[in-house]
Amino acid sequence: MNNSQNIIARSATTTTPPQVRSHVDEVAKLIDVSKCIGCKACQVACMEWNDLRDDVGECHGTYDNPTDLTANSWTVMRFSEHETQEGNLEWLIRKDGCMHCAEPGCLTACPAPGAIVQYANGIVDFNSEHCIGCGYCITGCPFDIPRISAKDQKSYKCTLCSDRVNAGMEPACVKTCPTNCIEFGTKEDMLARAEKRVGDLKALGFRDAGIYDPAGVGGTHVMYVLHHANDPNRYSGLPKDPRISPLVGAWKGATKPIMSAIIGITAFAGVIHYMTKGPKEEPEEQAEHGQDDVPPPHSLGYDATRPRGEDR
Amino acid sequence: MTNHWVDIRNANLILSMGGNSAEAHPVGFRWVTEAIEHNKAELITIDPRFTRTSAVAQDKAFIRTGTDIAFLGGLISYLIETDQIQREYVLNYTDAALIVREDYGFEDGLFSGYDESTRSYDKQSWMYEMGDDGFVRRDESLQDPRCVYQLLREHYSRYTPDMVSSITGITVDDIQRIWKKIAAMAVPGKTMTILYALGWTQHSTGSQIIRNAAMVQLLLGNMGMPGGGVNALRGHSNIQGLTDLGLLSQLLPGYMTLANAKEQDYRAYIDKRTKQPTVEGQVSYWKNYEKFHVSLMKAWYGDAANEGNNWCFDWLPKLERPLYDILDTFERMSKGELNGYFCQGFNPLASFPDRAKVTRALSSLKYLVVMDPLNTETSEFWRNYGEYNDVDSSQIDTEVFRLPTCCFAEDEGSIVNSARWLQWHWSAAPPPGDARPDTRIMGELFLKLKRLYQEEGGVFADPILNLTWDYRIPDDPKADELAREFNGRALEDLTDEQGNVTRRAGEQLAGFAELTADGRTAAGCWIFTGCWTEAGNQMANRDNSDPYGTGNTLGWAWAWPMNRRILYNRASADVQGRPWGPDKAFVWWDGEQGAWVGADVPDFPTNSPPSQGQMPFIMQPEGVGHLFAGQSMVDGPFPEHYEPFESPVSQNLLHPGKEKARNNPAARIFDEDREALGKPEEFPHAATTYRLTEHFHFWTKHAELNAIVQPQQFVEIGEALADEIGIAAGDWVKVSSKRGFIKAVAVVTKRLRPMMIGDKQVHHVGIPLHWGFTGVAKKGYLVNALTPFVGDANTQTPEYKSFTVRVDKV
Amino acid sequence: MKMPRDRLIRYSPLDRANHWTMAMVFVLLALSGLAFFHPAFFFLSHTLGGPVWARILHPFLGVVLVLLFYAMAARHVRRNLLGENDVQWARQIGDVLDNRDDKLPPIGKYNPGQKLVYWSLVVSIALLLFSGVIMWRPWFAGFFPIPLIRFASLLHAVSAFVAIVTIVVHVYAAIWVKGSIRSMTRGWVTRAWARHHHGLWAREQEEAQRREQQP
Repeated sequence: MNNSQNIIARSATTTTPPQVRSHVDEVAKLIDVSKCIGCKACQVACMEWNDLRDDVGECHGTYDNPTDLTANSWTVMRFSEHETQEGNLEWLIRKDGCMHCAEPGCLTACPAPGAIVQYANGIVDFNSEHCIGCGYCITGCPFDIPRISAKDQKSYKCTLCSDRVNAGMEPACVKTCPTNCIEFGTKEDMLARAEKRVGDLKALGFRDAGIYDPAGVGGTHVMYVLHHANDPNRYSGLPKDPRISPLVGAWKGATKPIMSAIIGITAFAGVIHYMTKGPKEEPEEQAEHGQDDVPPPHSLGYDATRPRGEDR
Repeated sequence: MTNHWVDIRNANLILSMGGNSAEAHPVGFRWVTEAIEHNKAELITIDPRFTRTSAVAQDKAFIRTGTDIAFLGGLISYLIETDQIQREYVLNYTDAALIVREDYGFEDGLFSGYDESTRSYDKQSWMYEMGDDGFVRRDESLQDPRCVYQLLREHYSRYTPDMVSSITGITVDDIQRIWKKIAAMAVPGKTMTILYALGWTQHSTGSQIIRNAAMVQLLLGNMGMPGGGVNALRGHSNIQGLTDLGLLSQLLPGYMTLANAKEQDYRAYIDKRTKQPTVEGQVSYWKNYEKFHVSLMKAWYGDAANEGNNWCFDWLPKLERPLYDILDTFERMSKGELNGYFCQGFNPLASFPDRAKVTRALSSLKYLVVMDPLNTETSEFWRNYGEYNDVDSSQIDTEVFRLPTCCFAEDEGSIVNSARWLQWHWSAAPPPGDARPDTRIMGELFLKLKRLYQEEGGVFADPILNLTWDYRIPDDPKADELAREFNGRALEDLTDEQGNVTRRAGEQLAGFAELTADGRTAAGCWIFTGCWTEAGNQMANRDNSDPYGTGNTLGWAWAWPMNRRILYNRASADVQGRPWGPDKAFVWWDGEQGAWVGADVPDFPTNSPPSQGQMPFIMQPEGVGHLFAGQSMVDGPFPEHYEPFESPVSQNLLHPGKEKARNNPAARIFDEDREALGKPEEFPHAATTYRLTEHFHFWTKHAELNAIVQPQQFVEIGEALADEIGIAAGDWVKVSSKRGFIKAVAVVTKRLRPMMIGDKQVHHVGIPLHWGFTGVAKKGYLVNALTPFVGDANTQTPEYKSFTVRVDKV
Repeated sequence: MKMPRDRLIRYSPLDRANHWTMAMVFVLLALSGLAFFHPAFFFLSHTLGGPVWARILHPFLGVVLVLLFYAMAARHVRRNLLGENDVQWARQIGDVLDNRDDKLPPIGKYNPGQKLVYWSLVVSIALLLFSGVIMWRPWFAGFFPIPLIRFASLLHAVSAFVAIVTIVVHVYAAIWVKGSIRSMTRGWVTRAWARHHHGLWAREQEEAQRREQQP
């Protein structure tokens, strides 16, 4: 499904990535929120496979624990209690983590060449070896996913178990999910699966059921099936129309070459100016004047006694 | 489980009640989500809380804890009154038509035969009326007022929707909507499965709640059916194996029972348990009791057991008390009647009710031996852990020995799952440090005891000196040796009626039909016979092929009895032996072959044609399912709603003013413990304890990963109650019962709502129980500081699910 | 030290030390900053010992620059206000660029071009400071909402661009106007230079000298 050299996008890189391997299917993880029981097995599987151990924290009055993504928690369950207009209670449980955007904001923002790569199969992966810890990925991400470790100042997030996928296996969370709420396959298959599930949910009366595969980031390689796709925000703040912020676009987009060019042009203009107009030479001293006797400057401010540059 | 995990996917309706299947059994819950998606099944949860199961359920109702019988009883009345029962099934496969004795009755909340002084029933009157032919009388028209059907109808006629609503707190609308959905499963081709767990078991009426569910399933024709059944989701991975092997004080392996002190005569003991058919021509499989018993005694005592000494019957203990259960044992321990206690794979300080009493009891021992892989609270009960275990160590003389055992993954053997599958597993890693398998510790201990008896003699040494102990390494019996022993073997050549040898001496038996009552066979647990045959270890089978597409994978592991996956599966076919519906074909009669065939091993005599009239419930003397439990229950032939011993409601609304019928009249409660029950005025809120998916009991707080995902003790409180006491999510609260208190973080939630019980508003307080003072998670209070010391009348399972508390802001 | 009579002191030793320290710091900041700004400049991160060190040191150097710059800027603020003939000088920018200095009016210590550099840096370095703090990981960024960090990041880039362009102009002007570099290395300019480029300032200095010599 993948090859670790098959990188189609690479952070802070302006040249063409490897393009030869053309027969690569995009993969996707499909999270069917309507089947999630919030058991956190995916969290534990993630920690086990990736050798992560977060701190033993505290209860803050919710089921969420750890309460947020950290450098050691690449996925967390977010629980939200929502009362519908009809007065029905819904306990919406969403597995949060990297969405593996087709147009990843983190990769766009990253200044370190190769610290973030996107494989041909769609996985967006962080290469800690090249990470410089600047946090631009956090700034660039529309989903608030990457976290910098206090231990090593490197940025971390879900890799979609790129190592497992490389070896033809599914991500650890998918493997462990007891209810098949998380599935994995080609993006095409997962979309078909999602369509089917949306149909099931609509049949159950969820008129607004839909697929969360936001076009604003070019689609994602982690998708949700939501019972209320019209209001993703109700699932613990899933953004309705995520896209790379225009600020980030301006910062990392056209401004970079334009400003770089202007700096270069400015310097070059100096060179041209120097060559065409020459320097303002040092004015020569007028030895005839008494050393202590400095004549008053010309009333107009023009010192007619001194040679002018153009007189050279 | 009468059925099995994978079979849940065949259900059309899933009732999750008395359990939070998604929370406590997330892996098995896969089959629920399969049923919802692929079988278009509906999932209904009925629970005091909006649970993780409710989060994916299509319908839900919120019930006051401990009132499930009111709901189910009302459902039975609804099914009967609206004639939504599977009539052919009920008529033929249940005792609905059987006539009950004239002197059976029910008045003021008490069944006939009650003796208040002993808090027990004389069950003489709870019997079927026998005809002159020696068989039970019946009325096929179901019109006789003494037939079970009419008695059942009358009994539950009091359970009107309004009455059910005022007891349970569920609105009449919710009740009727859900009853209607359940009633739709009475159609022959539709089935409902019921998933329950400790939410039904741990009540003073626990056994009766489960029976009530079984009665519903009989009326709907859902027993023995794919996608049906009453399915206990067992809590420990091998707790099913524990009961199968008779590790309860009154049991012998394979659900045989110990004699009580009055039963000193071997023949009388056997005759009482050898159930002859009470309806003509029925199988009544317990008629083979002696074969199972003698084979067990041969397995235990070998040549020492012979006909002349009644197969060593005198060596078996005889019960002086009805039960030597945990509540009884700790009651006696607390009175100084026990010197020593072996605690194996158990954490009584955390697991038993009324923790203060348990501490008192353990403190009065001379020695305590704890065999456990973990450093349990029980093994540290004497050590002061500040507020979490505030004891004065200097006042405790109990000597504690800790013997580290291995975890399941460090040892090989079989684990019996909820579905009665014996699945063999292999050791994944060697045990750490000095940890040893339990069997080795027991082996060494036994041999040491035996040596002491040999050298020094002692009172009644025979059972120890003669116990069969022929393991390869005597102090380290291996799992394969034990499994072979449970399966059993022929001690002499077995022959058929023509005298042909069917089994050579020394060979493993293929099934319990080979067992004999004359000492020629030995089997350590008759229901396991077939698990390790001459063909090898059947439990290690790993073929998941599913030829009928029913999810019945006979080649995967091995299920007792005889690899049958759905009990009483003959009931999946109608009287003529045809499947009830095209989707529900499972086991049927093939006239050409002259045999029962299908996806499962028939739980029935294979060649008994439908015309012979043998009925599916082969373990019952009548051959039918019991709507009327004449002899199996101690607290009534029909389940009746009684309030929990601690209840926010001061009377049983079915029997107002009848104090005797407020709580289960046959439940045992010690005087001192009755004094320790709280009154609603002082402890107004209904409380219930439960488990969380992130943890397993008191074990996983020792595991870092589990501690990370659920680190700290909390209690769940509804928003309304939180407003009343002025707390927000994350604040600390003190929860107190009359017996003790805990402090924990409050999870304030919309998922707990106040409910109206009569004119009283009742709040529930949810108390997860996983924390303690050892392990890597944050330290917490043992919640059994709160729970009452009273149990179910039949099993003495403590009433952990219903008691009362007060909540204060800390 | 006694200054020869044909020279005027333009920059004190402290000013010069400050300037060159700033210059070095600015160059390091600009190079490391550019490294994060565009992949083409990433190799420049090695000027601070590699990209990670560049990420670590850049903000601290920024703080050094801020301290040095505003210490200096505060002392020179008066000389950088709009002065006599500044407007006229600016109108004749064509003459300035064409080196037709004789047509220009005499101006104070700093000509409008220099003042523009001054104010451009005063503003851009302030913006760099504020936006830089908001972006600064691991110390401060965590306290700010991500949308603000995004805005700060863009602002930081734009401000840095302004500052760099300003400095490029500044450096070129120093190369272009002979004698300027010496004034910042040795501290003095010739009277002729002063009279030529900063007539008003030269007169002011010479009058001050005369007053000193006439007790």
